[in-house]
Amino acid sequence: MGLFILRRLGVMLLTALCLTFIVFFLTNLYPNLEKLAKTQGNMRMSDEQVTSWLASRGYLQPTVVKYGQWLGVLPGFTFVNKDGVETGRCFKSGVPAEETPSFCGVIQGDWGESTVFKDGVAGIVGKRLGLTGKLMFWVMVLMVPAALTVGVLAGMREGSKMDRTLSTFSIASTATPEYVSGVIFIAIFASSAVGLKWFKGTATSAMDDITFANFTLPVLTIALYGMGYIARMTRASMTEVMTAQYIRTARLKGVTFKNIVLKHALRNALIAPFTVIMLQFPWLLNGVVIVETLFNYKGFGWTLVQAAGNNDIELLLGCSVVAVAVVLVTQLISDIGYVYLNPRIRIS
Amino acid sequence: MEPLSWGLIIAQIFIQFIPVWIALFLTFALSISYKRRLGLYGKLFDSPIGMIGFAIVMFWVFTAVFADLIITHDPIGQISGMKNKVPGTPVPEGAAGYLHYLLGGDNLARDVFSRVVMGARRVLQIAPAATLFAFMVGITLGLPAGYFGGRLDTILSFLANLVLAFPVILLFYLLVTREIVETGIPMYLAAVLFAFPIIFMLILWQSRYFTQPATRNWLVSITLVIGVWAYLGLAFNADPFGVWGMDPNLLNVFVSVVFVNSPTVFRIVRGLVLDIQTRDYVAAAQTRGEGPWYIMLWEILPNARGPLIVDFCLRIGYTTILLGTLGFFGLGVSPESPDWGSTINDGRKLLSVYLHPALPPALALMSLVLGLNLLADGLREESLKD
Repeated sequence: MGLFILRRLGVMLLTALCLTFIVFFLTNLYPNLEKLAKTQGNMRMSDEQVTSWLASRGYLQPTVVKYGQWLGVLPGFTFVNKDGVETGRCFKSGVPAEETPSFCGVIQGDWGESTVFKDGVAGIVGKRLGLTGKLMFWVMVLMVPAALTVGVLAGMREGSKMDRTLSTFSIASTATPEYVSGVIFIAIFASSAVGLKWFKGTATSAMDDITFANFTLPVLTIALYGMGYIARMTRASMTEVMTAQYIRTARLKGVTFKNIVLKHALRNALIAPFTVIMLQFPWLLNGVVIVETLFNYKGFGWTLVQAAGNNDIELLLGCSVVAVAVVLVTQLISDIGYVYLNPRIRIS
Repeated sequence: MEPLSWGLIIAQIFIQFIPVWIALFLTFALSISYKRRLGLYGKLFDSPIGMIGFAIVMFWVFTAVFADLIITHDPIGQISGMKNKVPGTPVPEGAAGYLHYLLGGDNLARDVFSRVVMGARRVLQIAPAATLFAFMVGITLGLPAGYFGGRLDTILSFLANLVLAFPVILLFYLLVTREIVETGIPMYLAAVLFAFPIIFMLILWQSRYFTQPATRNWLVSITLVIGVWAYLGLAFNADPFGVWGMDPNLLNVFVSVVFVNSPTVFRIVRGLVLDIQTRDYVAAAQTRGEGPWYIMLWEILPNARGPLIVDFCLRIGYTTILLGTLGFFGLGVSPESPDWGSTINDGRKLLSVYLHPALPPALALMSLVLGLNLLADGLREESLKD
């Protein structure tokens, strides 16, 4: 088991390196850099001005070198301008040139500066992740119990009327992407055109103070799309368990149906959905980006859109490291958890 | 002119869709009367869920086909004075086209109804084709990965997991931009991805007919002529006759969607091969001395068709959702484009006051994906019966 986790960690590290390099490569393509120079400097810069702007900030070095500097395995870029003043990647205002470290990258704990928000990337990502964490927490609180209940109720008696109804509901919920359900929810519950006005159509105020009115719709929107899939998986696993021999034995012993479901079937039926729930996390990330944009909730997803839209290279890299870490860690947890929950599986 | 009431609007929309109703009726009448001779497709008509799904999907397919007959106005034409007007508002005197905006006007004074109908064409042009390409890539790589295993499998699986670990939206934001089109990366990606269908077909013919060189040469040459012709046109926009061609932005969207979808297909195919490989008929083929590609393409693949067809339907739905996401973030499509995602995005800004521009495309997208899901469910149920 220890060796298995160690090997998985190695593969994860390799994956993370490859992915960040791809992001790095794509954001550092010349047209993207040109756009960055023009938005940061001046829209009407000539081609030479763009080149010198980029050169003085170290953007024109080979991509591999820049990637090494970002990682912190190569010394940071320095540039001496016409007045003999040395500037560079590792220089901070207020720190004299002699004390500036020569390496400053992710390994040294320096995630760089965001060009859009003019602030440290680590700080921005941390703060925004906190906001998204709250959103995710409530999504999980709503989604997991609801999905499991729907799945177990549907799978309890396969082919019954309740099964048909709940299955159709889960199919409908997987067929409704967040930007559709979000729009419909806002239209029904928040617009002045219908007039119900139960909830608010934006969640901006929820960043400071979460209330029932401003947080229900975003949470509901994300939870609904993820729910159907988990419910279908739970149903499949439940129907399978219900046809097992030991359930028949219990039934022949005269155990009540309620006890069969709760005491015999439920625990075995919940092994498969556990993996699915863990693998849902990366999907939720997608939903988070859409919902945060739709409801103007300035969390991690919103930051990612801002960073990507403005080609804010270091912020985007920070975001992708977090996103990739979430995906890989949930994969690992789901594998380990699966083995732990199901003693019949052994990893050699 | 009087504004139309809701009853009249619904009646008018029903009348506009008459070509679709006729086509749907004919399809169902023919299919149900011959259903015993139509294999899996015919069996679909035994399952109510599958039939409902098929009806919804075909409704949108026929809408896309007959879109020119159904629309009441030019989907990108603006009529002054019709901005954000409610459904059923009559157009001003002297304006061209139909007398009313059936589902109202959007914030640029365009007809919502015509845009939704035209959006169906746009979505159904890209989604199935992109899914098909993703399947070609996934099958061509997944079969050998599962069958041979070993180092090839390790490398391909690592690459597939790499793409899957990317958050889709991040990938879209990186790949579907005007700057990326300038660098030519979509073209290189297209050059790689579009080669897979040709390779697939060539191996398919070669592995089956290499003992009959005449038949093989004939099939291979036809595949090569059509394949290379389409390949040049689609990937490099270099078709000498101008039949095949794709707008660079559209190509970018198409390639990105194929790229995102193919690793999942790869994993499904690989899993299926690992399972089917252990069957007796594969062992029998191996004992007969058949080549590995013959076994993969003519023994394993046909037996994996059930789950693959079901996944194909689901994946078209998923691709539709992805295309909508792209439109929602305004990536890769022109602002004029009537596709559902961008129409929803346009409409959501005024959502608290005007519902009618955003709701019809939202419901359209939802119903198409729902239809595809129900169809997949019906197919799964029926294919498990035998």
